[in-house]
Amino acid sequence: MIRNLWQRLIAPLDLPLMAVAALLLVYGLVVVASASPARVGAQLLNMLVALVVMRLVAQVPPQKLMHYALPVFVAGLLLLIAVALFGDVSKGARRWLNLGFMRIQPSEIMKIAMPMMLAWYFQKHETALRLREYLAAALILLLPVILIAKQPDLGTAILVLAAGCYVIFFAGLSWKVILGLFAAAAAAAPMAWSMMRDYQKSRILTLLNPQSDPLGKGFHIIQSTIAIGSGGVFGKGWGQGTQAQLEFIPERHTDFIFAVLSEELGLIGISLLMVLYALLVGRGLMIAAKAPTLFTRLLAGSITLIFFTYAFVNMGMVSGILPVVGLPLPFISYGGTALVTLFVGVGILMSIHKHRMLVQK
Amino acid sequence: MEFKNPEQELQRFQRRLTSAGTFALLAFALLFARFFWLQVVQHDYYQTRAEDNSISLVPILPNRGLILDRNGVVMAHNYSAYTLEITPSKVANLDKTIDALAQIVEIQPKDRRRFKKLLEESRNFESLPIRTRLTDDEVAKFVARRYRFPGVDVKARLFRQYPLGESASHLLGYIGRITDSDIDRIASKDQEDNYRGTEEFGKSGLEQKYEFQLHGKTGFEQVEVDSSGRAVRVLSRTPPVAGDNLTLTIDAKLQQVAEQAFGDQRGALVAIDPATGGILALVSMPNFDPNQFVDGIDIQNWDALNNSPDKPMVDRALNGIYPPGSTFKPYLALAALQDGKRTPQQTIFDPGYFSFGGHIFHDDKKGGHGTVDMYKALVVSCDTYFYMLANDLGIERIASFVRKFGFGQRTGVDLEGESQGVLPSPEWKKKHFKNPEQQRWYAGETISIGIGQGYNAYTPIQLAQAVATLANNGVMYRPHLVKFVTDTKTGVATPIESKPERTIPLKPANIEIVKQAMVGVNSDKEGTGAGVFAGAGYTSGGKTGTAQVYSLKGAKYVEGKTKEDLRDHGLFIVFAPADHPKIAVAVVVENGGFGAQSAAPIARKVLDYYLLGKLPAAAPPPPAGEPAAGVN
Repeated sequence: MIRNLWQRLIAPLDLPLMAVAALLLVYGLVVVASASPARVGAQLLNMLVALVVMRLVAQVPPQKLMHYALPVFVAGLLLLIAVALFGDVSKGARRWLNLGFMRIQPSEIMKIAMPMMLAWYFQKHETALRLREYLAAALILLLPVILIAKQPDLGTAILVLAAGCYVIFFAGLSWKVILGLFAAAAAAAPMAWSMMRDYQKSRILTLLNPQSDPLGKGFHIIQSTIAIGSGGVFGKGWGQGTQAQLEFIPERHTDFIFAVLSEELGLIGISLLMVLYALLVGRGLMIAAKAPTLFTRLLAGSITLIFFTYAFVNMGMVSGILPVVGLPLPFISYGGTALVTLFVGVGILMSIHKHRMLVQK
Repeated sequence: MEFKNPEQELQRFQRRLTSAGTFALLAFALLFARFFWLQVVQHDYYQTRAEDNSISLVPILPNRGLILDRNGVVMAHNYSAYTLEITPSKVANLDKTIDALAQIVEIQPKDRRRFKKLLEESRNFESLPIRTRLTDDEVAKFVARRYRFPGVDVKARLFRQYPLGESASHLLGYIGRITDSDIDRIASKDQEDNYRGTEEFGKSGLEQKYEFQLHGKTGFEQVEVDSSGRAVRVLSRTPPVAGDNLTLTIDAKLQQVAEQAFGDQRGALVAIDPATGGILALVSMPNFDPNQFVDGIDIQNWDALNNSPDKPMVDRALNGIYPPGSTFKPYLALAALQDGKRTPQQTIFDPGYFSFGGHIFHDDKKGGHGTVDMYKALVVSCDTYFYMLANDLGIERIASFVRKFGFGQRTGVDLEGESQGVLPSPEWKKKHFKNPEQQRWYAGETISIGIGQGYNAYTPIQLAQAVATLANNGVMYRPHLVKFVTDTKTGVATPIESKPERTIPLKPANIEIVKQAMVGVNSDKEGTGAGVFAGAGYTSGGKTGTAQVYSLKGAKYVEGKTKEDLRDHGLFIVFAPADHPKIAVAVVVENGGFGAQSAAPIARKVLDYYLLGKLPAAAPPPPAGEPAAGVN
């Protein structure tokens, strides 16, 4: 009987994906245990919650997901507007909506709701995709992104923007248009520069020369590059990172946890992490390739690339090749909300894969 | 419509997947190259930086901007002193350490109390002062024994000082330790980096309003520290930039003269330059000594200030709301002239009361003032004349006219927390009351407004702005305290623009009539202010007022027999010299009784000093720049 229950429990799960995700979680726990031992218990709980959510999502068939795409997106948009009007302000940003018994962060919902919405939209117009549909998609994308960017939450805005762009890319936007857009962006860069606010400009300048703002964001970069560089090939050993343990790295259990990993586990540890991410992305792309409908293909493709984007942006930021935006390292950084969002994505991937036969058994 | 080939579509999609996958791989390869660079090629360099030495960034705090009066008298500045500080996370037993320190350096119970309070509020890694302003001797004694006290050190810090002590405390404000709500404000302006290491923040007055300009720009030193945290060498230094200095429109000597003129009484006074709106004095009594707050006010002193029934921490000039009493009459007279409802020659007969709708409204003089025209009505402050006038004008007209003089609206002065006051009208009543009976506007209420009683309540600064505007023939300027902001680095002084808020359309002849009557108040032998202004070396136009605190419901008000806190407030408004006014003043004395007795003499002293440089004869000389008693 127990065997029966167990079978039912793991039935919707995709084993390769689960394996990679589990390895990442374990890896993450090991690093958190060094960066912030007091939080290990809480992180374990976060992981458990995220896994439960994943399992629940995994059994929702994609047709149902598609059914909910539009309402969830609209709800998310309304919540974002609600935040803009009456959200809680903390640390200079207005991101939270206080419902009395709990606080929610609507921008987090958008990370999944956006690709779902766009995938649904493209599926709806599957038979005739002209430039007009792509423009409409761009508008659907820009509205929440602008709301999020105004909170201001640049990191999440970039992620949601990327998610939408991936869907549009996979939907088949012609290469010519894509190249054209890049050219236009390059041409508009000077104008965008002049419109940026001072602190945004300084973040970019800090990237190029961290020494110019050592007390501010430059401080993070200087410290994290020292930590990474001093790790060497083999790292200093778990729990032995001097920069981490002496508290020279700010936010070391969240956004900058990668610096701790690099210092203590070295290039080898980093390579292991990148291999795991690559496997995750690979499996995700495979699931996308075999997905039966346009909706599922777009959704799977963009979710997979979101994982990639998270990892790339965080690692790039911590090592000083991208400007500092607040994005955590997926599966590794401490934080319940981020984990839940990630595992909703994993659950969706699993659901798509398990339902790849149009005719169900 | 094209017939799409699903096979083709799938292949196209899969090609894109491949592109995406390739892109991801390339991105990871790029990252790998970066890590390789940091961890293999540059490894030794970073190794050295990390292991043997580490870099600590020490913020260098900027000098806070000075606050000066219009003549350059210093009202707020900084001086440097040493503090003895403990970092709690580095000390095993706090109490033992403090006891041991008390052997070397004097530590009083209030120092311990303050330290305990800071301990509760602080974040983990800061150092907290146990003693401030050490003498050179104490510093030397501690430094010799420093090795015995890990986690304790001497730091040089800047302290804010207010040389004028209690004078101008409300408008200057004070600074105190940064709290969470201050941090939110800092974050909302994206100034977190600029406030690293800063522990003080403006809490009230100008210190609060101009906090970000006064603060300046924090500098920093990049210091290499060894494994025990001691500095080895300084790698680089960016000096701080001192905050901007504020030059105020305030005349510090005038401020002190006004404050002393109040004596023991509570109240407020605002003096404005009508031609610019610059505030010459902003007084709220009683006041307090802001120096007490500078290194953390003692809890006992704080309780004393907060619980005192006289409420010294309240800025009555901005927050006190008082019925204007008869000081409202000049504006009503002007309204009537503008509307053609009255001419200056029209007279009424005042028998000592006004009967309307079955209700009797009493004049202040038993038996009445007899035949009264507009001039006499203002000079002797005849209530009956104004009951009638208000009744003829109607509340809508009154409200819309006086609103132009700023009654019932915030003046927009450059300080936080100004009250709006109450300008009653039928709309206001509808909004303010829930009971339909109370929402109705009664004609009798208009009549009370005629003498400035009823729901009417305004702040002293509103009263001052109104009389300044009248003095300036209807051209209104926004009252402001700061004349210019000086950048300490470049020396450039940026003036605060002074252009009119609005110009009230008034016939010059009408203004003249009212002004002449107000001059009569202070000079005519029957004038209510004439006693006080006899022998003044200048002409002035004023109006006395008395605001009811307690309605006696028709019974007679006998001054000596009424309890002090139920006694009426005394008010007075004045501008001088009458022909080209240089100063306009509004005074309120709480529970002072008749305006002529309590408020007008204060105004007289203020004008005597401002226009003639005369100081009150019997008064002791105001203290000039000594630190007040609260500073140790």
